[in-house]
Amino acid sequence: MERTVDWLVIIPLAPLLAALVNFLVGRWWIRQQAHWLAVPAVGLSFLVSLVAAVEVLGQHHVLRQSLYTWIAAGDFHVPVELVIDELTAVMLLVVTGISFLVHVYSIGYMAHDPGYYRFFAWLPLFVFSMVMLVLANNFLVLFVFWEAVGLCSYLLIGFWFRRRSAADAAKKAFIVNRIGDFGFALGIMLIFTSLGTLEYHEVFQSIPELSTGTVTAIALLLFTGAIGKSAQLPLFVWLPDAMEGPTPVSALIHAATMVTAGIFMVARAHPILLAAPLAMGVVATIGGLTAFVAATIAATQFDIKRVVAYSTVSQLGYMAMALGVGAWIPAIFHLFTHAFFKALLFLGSGAVMHAMHDELDMRRMGGLKRWMPLTYWAFVIGAAANAGIVPLAGFWSKDEILVGAWVAGVPILTILGLVAAFFTALYMFRAVFLTFHGEPRFDPHEIHPHDPPKTMALPLLLLAVGAVLAGFVGVPPENGWLHHALEPVFEGAKHHEVPLALTLGIAIASTVVALAGLWIAHAAYVRATIDPAAMAARLGLLYRLAANGWYFDLVYQRAVVRPLDAFATWLWRNVDIAIIDGAVNGVARAVAATAQLWRRLQTGLVANYALVIALGTVLLVGIYLAFGSTLFR
Amino acid sequence: MSELSATHFLLLSAALFIIGMVGVLTRRNVLVIFMCIELMLNAVNVSLIGFAWELHQLTGQVFALFVIAIAAAEAVVGLGIVMALTRRTDTVDIDELRQLRE
Repeated sequence: MERTVDWLVIIPLAPLLAALVNFLVGRWWIRQQAHWLAVPAVGLSFLVSLVAAVEVLGQHHVLRQSLYTWIAAGDFHVPVELVIDELTAVMLLVVTGISFLVHVYSIGYMAHDPGYYRFFAWLPLFVFSMVMLVLANNFLVLFVFWEAVGLCSYLLIGFWFRRRSAADAAKKAFIVNRIGDFGFALGIMLIFTSLGTLEYHEVFQSIPELSTGTVTAIALLLFTGAIGKSAQLPLFVWLPDAMEGPTPVSALIHAATMVTAGIFMVARAHPILLAAPLAMGVVATIGGLTAFVAATIAATQFDIKRVVAYSTVSQLGYMAMALGVGAWIPAIFHLFTHAFFKALLFLGSGAVMHAMHDELDMRRMGGLKRWMPLTYWAFVIGAAANAGIVPLAGFWSKDEILVGAWVAGVPILTILGLVAAFFTALYMFRAVFLTFHGEPRFDPHEIHPHDPPKTMALPLLLLAVGAVLAGFVGVPPENGWLHHALEPVFEGAKHHEVPLALTLGIAIASTVVALAGLWIAHAAYVRATIDPAAMAARLGLLYRLAANGWYFDLVYQRAVVRPLDAFATWLWRNVDIAIIDGAVNGVARAVAATAQLWRRLQTGLVANYALVIALGTVLLVGIYLAFGSTLFR
Repeated sequence: MSELSATHFLLLSAALFIIGMVGVLTRRNVLVIFMCIELMLNAVNVSLIGFAWELHQLTGQVFALFVIAIAAAEAVVGLGIVMALTRRTDTVDIDELRQLRE
């Protein structure tokens, strides 16, 4: 059933207005009060989303509002419509809900920053873009806001643009995303040239008309977009660098507004993928490898935010893997639970940074538990949920993905996922133990760590509750509330009957590996029965491989950036300076030389000018008399 | 002595015009140049009236009256400029006034 309503527009409009007002007059009028606009606006957006979601998820209505026709050219129509189906409803709740908490948190975190108003202009703009992205009804509008999300991430990652590294990270995020977006744009163009429409339903209905080759090409190109935006192998390199932005931005990017866009888009386009088994295989493989590679990198980092960042990459890998094996609902389920614990982990590490005067290196922390109990417990809950400890959020959704991979007939991915789960538990609790346990490795006389102020503590508490409870929307496995809510969207997908023994078996296996990771982290960093340095030395090459991010950055630097840089320098020297500048300057020089010659005529003597005028007149009259008139003929 | 004809008017007009022009080209005193320009204008007037007389039409005379009126207006502006110039530069020598060239 479908219902047309006229209040959906509030969801994107409220953050957009807040962003506009803060951007236009924030600098002069609003300044340190900017949050009074942004926070209620996003809150309103969340409330309206909640109302919509209750109707959509409860009664399986699809809500629709037509805004206007953006393009009307002959047969080609692009209407801007807001449509909420079950998938969009879940996404909306995640996006606006987490964003609201991040906004509240930012009040405390960003206080006294000179760019306060700017921050509260870009942040709602980010929410607006993401909300429009999930509300879109056709691929073109999706693409526009896909790009808008990229722009906002650029603005916010480079928020402290005076710092070189932040500006570079922003550029890197933008450019790496652009590579993925290029593929995405090609995919959309291919859809249009082969089907003549971009509207979701029309596209999905006409998929069977296409040849397998075309569908596979479309699916792979669309997934290229997701590789960039959702930070999959091999384009994940921008995400860890994006830590240069303020911590709330990291939380927003990682949990709610950006990286989930790719997963959402692929889930949205699932009929296309279902028709292209080869593309599904690629998605699953890339997802599984990403989950594993990123988890190993995370286990070797010392920067607390980078650990959490690589953990995001790894969790996104799980989601992509789920998409690839056709476990659509578990993918969205994991996206949902991940949003809570990842936002929690980021806001928690933000609280640690806040207390430690922007210290990021875990080797100069330690023992923070006794000064920051609230942050400690919040972080532990987030870490445990991320590591998949029963019965926290991450356990349920991650397990379902592993089960999904198994029943889809690719147990190798399940095993890869389990290995990644071991590293997940290892790096998460390594971060917890290094940061909060043991003796302080800083000077407690100089730094006095403390729990954050109320505006920062409240979101932590709420997210911690979410990280504990969010998993229960999908319990019992394969048959939970979320599964039934999302079923109408993924009707066409194959449904596997999962034997109980398998579910239990994988649950036990994943719990065992998670506890093993926890135990090793405990042994290494609390009981000190294992020496991490000796371990790293024994692993040798493998350790260096992981510690350097599997050398992705190095390879890109050598194979892409430097040749391009050299080529650009060559163009600059030989084309720009020699040819273009040469031509322009040459013309100017020729004009100047000619003028130098002619300026001798300008004697400044009026008599000369008058003489020239008189002679000229005589000449003209003479010519006229000689050739023009009949007087002398 | 033959009868008065347009030719006589035109000869007088041409003579006056050439005297005026030579004055403009050779003299250096701004005021004299100015008077020479007036002379050239009046030379044109003479030829206009000559044609009016020859053709028995008033148009040429009306034209001459217009030229006189405009010459008066032009004299006001021109003399004003000359006054301003002499006040600023304390000279009426046209060759001294070549600031625009530099």
